[in-house]
Amino acid sequence: MSKEKFDYFIKGEKGKYEVVIGLEVHAQVLSKSKLFSGSSTKFGADPNNQVSLIDSAFPGMLPVINEECVKQAVRTGLGLNAKINNYSVFDRKNYFYADLPQGYQISQYKNPIVGEGKVLLDMPYGSKEIGIERLHLEQDAGKSIHDMDPSNTYVDLNRSGIALMEIVSKPDLRSPDEVNAYIKKLRSIMRYLGTCDGNMQEGSLRADVNVSVRKEGDTNFGTRCEIKNVNSIKFMQMAIEYEAARQVELIENGKKIDQETRLFDTKKNETRSMRSKEDAHDYRYFPDPDLLPLKLEQKLIDDLKKSLPELPDKKKERFVKEYGLNAYEANVLVSEKEISDYYEEVAKLSDKKLAATWMMGDLFAMLNDRGLDISKSPISAKYFAELVQAIKSGEISGRIAKEVFEIMVESGDNPKKIIESKGMKQQSDPKELEKIINEILSKNKDKVDQYKAGKEKLFGFFVGQVMKLSGGKANPQLTNEILKKLLKG
Amino acid sequence: MADITNQSLNEIIENVKTKKVSSTELTKAYVKNIESAKKLNAFVTTTFDQALNNAKQFDNKPNFDQLLPGIPLAVKDLFCTENIKTTAGSNILNNFIPSYESTITKNLWDHGSFLLGKLNCDEFAMGSSNETSYYGNVINPVGDQLVPGGSSGGSSSALAADLTPATIGTDTGGSIRQPASFTGTVGLKPTYGLCSRWGIVAFASSLDQAGPMTKTIKDCAIMLEAMSGFDEKDSTSINKKNEQYSKNLKDNIKGLKIGIPKEYRVDNMPKEVDELWEKGKKILKDLGAQLIDISLPHTKYALPTYYIVAPAEASSNLARYDGVRYGYRSKQGKDLIEMYEKTRSEGFGDEVKRRILIGTYVLSSGYYDAYYLKAQKVRQLIKKDFDDSFKKIDAILTPSTPSSAFKIGEKTNDPVSMYLNDIFTVPVNLAGLPALSMPAGVDKQGHPLGLQLIGKTLDEQKILNIGYAFEKNCGFKNEIKKWWS
Repeated sequence: MSKEKFDYFIKGEKGKYEVVIGLEVHAQVLSKSKLFSGSSTKFGADPNNQVSLIDSAFPGMLPVINEECVKQAVRTGLGLNAKINNYSVFDRKNYFYADLPQGYQISQYKNPIVGEGKVLLDMPYGSKEIGIERLHLEQDAGKSIHDMDPSNTYVDLNRSGIALMEIVSKPDLRSPDEVNAYIKKLRSIMRYLGTCDGNMQEGSLRADVNVSVRKEGDTNFGTRCEIKNVNSIKFMQMAIEYEAARQVELIENGKKIDQETRLFDTKKNETRSMRSKEDAHDYRYFPDPDLLPLKLEQKLIDDLKKSLPELPDKKKERFVKEYGLNAYEANVLVSEKEISDYYEEVAKLSDKKLAATWMMGDLFAMLNDRGLDISKSPISAKYFAELVQAIKSGEISGRIAKEVFEIMVESGDNPKKIIESKGMKQQSDPKELEKIINEILSKNKDKVDQYKAGKEKLFGFFVGQVMKLSGGKANPQLTNEILKKLLKG
Repeated sequence: MADITNQSLNEIIENVKTKKVSSTELTKAYVKNIESAKKLNAFVTTTFDQALNNAKQFDNKPNFDQLLPGIPLAVKDLFCTENIKTTAGSNILNNFIPSYESTITKNLWDHGSFLLGKLNCDEFAMGSSNETSYYGNVINPVGDQLVPGGSSGGSSSALAADLTPATIGTDTGGSIRQPASFTGTVGLKPTYGLCSRWGIVAFASSLDQAGPMTKTIKDCAIMLEAMSGFDEKDSTSINKKNEQYSKNLKDNIKGLKIGIPKEYRVDNMPKEVDELWEKGKKILKDLGAQLIDISLPHTKYALPTYYIVAPAEASSNLARYDGVRYGYRSKQGKDLIEMYEKTRSEGFGDEVKRRILIGTYVLSSGYYDAYYLKAQKVRQLIKKDFDDSFKKIDAILTPSTPSSAFKIGEKTNDPVSMYLNDIFTVPVNLAGLPALSMPAGVDKQGHPLGLQLIGKTLDEQKILNIGYAFEKNCGFKNEIKKWWS
């Protein structure tokens, strides 16, 4: 694959500007119960139905750490090639809000559970490493509902106390495309690990986006703005584009950029100031005296490391080596664990390369059209493999295969059964084909003469006729060969 | 039998076990005492009907093998009690009825006792005189003008006035030991983590510890045995086997090394306190203990350290009282912020506000390092002083308080002089150690004074033993005239 050159710059009157982006991703930990209480974390329950006395901060209630959440954070850290800290501390981040029952969020401030790591992105211009600054565990807040009543705000505490991992990247991202690739990669790694379902619609993955700009070639960072709580990749990209352009315009007009927190208005497609640095909350962080420092034994970390599944980067390497795929194909097929599992099942039973082509073509297009995940595919991996094999063996042509595929989608049937019952098997008997071809040639003597006189374009016409007469079942390769032979004679 | 309430818990338990008195008779006697002692204002809530019911149930089906068979107990109103209003002495929890029972009270009930009522205390346990309670100040049975100490002032007053055979308090900076000293009773602050904090309205989480308040050392051992124990719901709870403090109580202290810290002799301390300390030393020496002079050089920093750490934690712990989910909510307030402001302005008293302000200040960015962080470092030094000393001694003897009970109103306008009352008790909380206040004598006005025994981590048995031996030889008798009835 030819490598493109990185080219994302904001063009101002006075030159090109590079966009510098860092993300703070909030990923909901996949766990049955909350970070410090036994309440369920299931999405979609009626308001305030998954709230314990701890989550609603009743007097005298105390947090007790959920060990599974700790393990999930460690697994994620390992998946990000990060340093796991044997000693970490939970702090209180103090602020008042109606959906924050304790009046503080339990988070990790100075001593996070996971330190520096890295994530590899495959960009069209080559692979790029994005540094991870840290990952820490914290509680989610509840939800304030302002639109249920004209004069009151309602509070739903189902989310209150659910475990989040805040994954802070270094300011290594340089374009909306890289942000897209980064979020997808993070999501993919966490889904492989089973540590976060990555469901952005349900709020399981959201991010604060830090954006600054600088003249191309500058080594110092510009003043950054933080865009809070953006919950889709598309909105992140739109917010970055808007924000970068806004900052460039300020600079070009000789104005100063204020370090501030901004909000992305998805309807107006613009970012707006929420609060400036001067108005920034003083969170009065201090170690939570209700919780002892979290000490992890090295053995626990080592055991978790041993039990990690194969992650996308490793799997990609293996797919290239084992299945002879190119980097692009391997990348697509490892992007989600379910896709890679499906592919491996198909590849085991059929031609590996052809399977990849057909999966990335027709299968993905169909799933995409129907808005389905591969786990919900109407075609099982086994049947899909049979279809690929039928193509590979010449039993059916690619064109017929598309028809069989359509029928499989509708009926969920075995492709062999479909091919047989509908008589779709390819005509590969040379004698039979010769008969058909001779019939066509004799019917079209004038065209044969023209062909022989040099109008070679007509070859396609003859092929078309053969297909028509055979009901599309003529083996195209064989048809070509025989046609060429007979036309010469 | 004369007065069945004018006895120690241990004697009362014996009387119940030997069927000299039924749980119902006992409960009725306390109900009568309580009703005639309203002047003391020791109770915020009484639960007489429920108590009499429990007593009847016990008498119908008695189990005398329990530690506290059929014993009615009043407890500090800082312990959450299921379906019984729990106020923490504050207006902001004036209407709060928990749906849950604190681990400590549950432990007591599981050992055969039941609730008689909830005892007044300083608001959120912040105070040394029980004058900060929204429910009015409590009076010390020792004298009608005297404070009972704080914050467990309702507890000490009720105990000394025979309104409960024993009780429990909480001690963040001396809130069990100082009121015990002021009322001629015994109070123990256990090792941090020995008694669960689950279900106790929090003041300062790293210092708060529940403990028994009793008439005798033996009673104290019984109560501690009943209430203590590992609780998986409290992450700071110590995971260890339960001890049989009462069974293992011994009065032989021969050969024990008692440390006498020179830093506990403070300026302007009344002569009587010093004399009492000398008396205590002599008693222990006569019992065969060895007195050793020690130094705890960072003692003078304990009070300022405490008044940074405790308010800091309190400012955060009390943030949950915002009027949103439970408790008092101001009817005023146009928006969320105004609702918060009015609710907390109207719901909290002055002392609580003062500490929230101090705590918020010391945690603020720009001040954190100078105050909170430094205080944490000093706290480690204070702890180290004790650790170093305990390498060569078994326990430490000090006065419990720098004076006897003071007059109501005497220090209300002088917070600093009020805070100074905690000077001998606070270092122990900062170090997480167990300490006992035991009555040792009276001053020239006849007001009780206590001595404090400080032990090593989880060395409750040893300080109880020393206290037990001391008690037998001290000759102190708490002579309280029931002037209020």
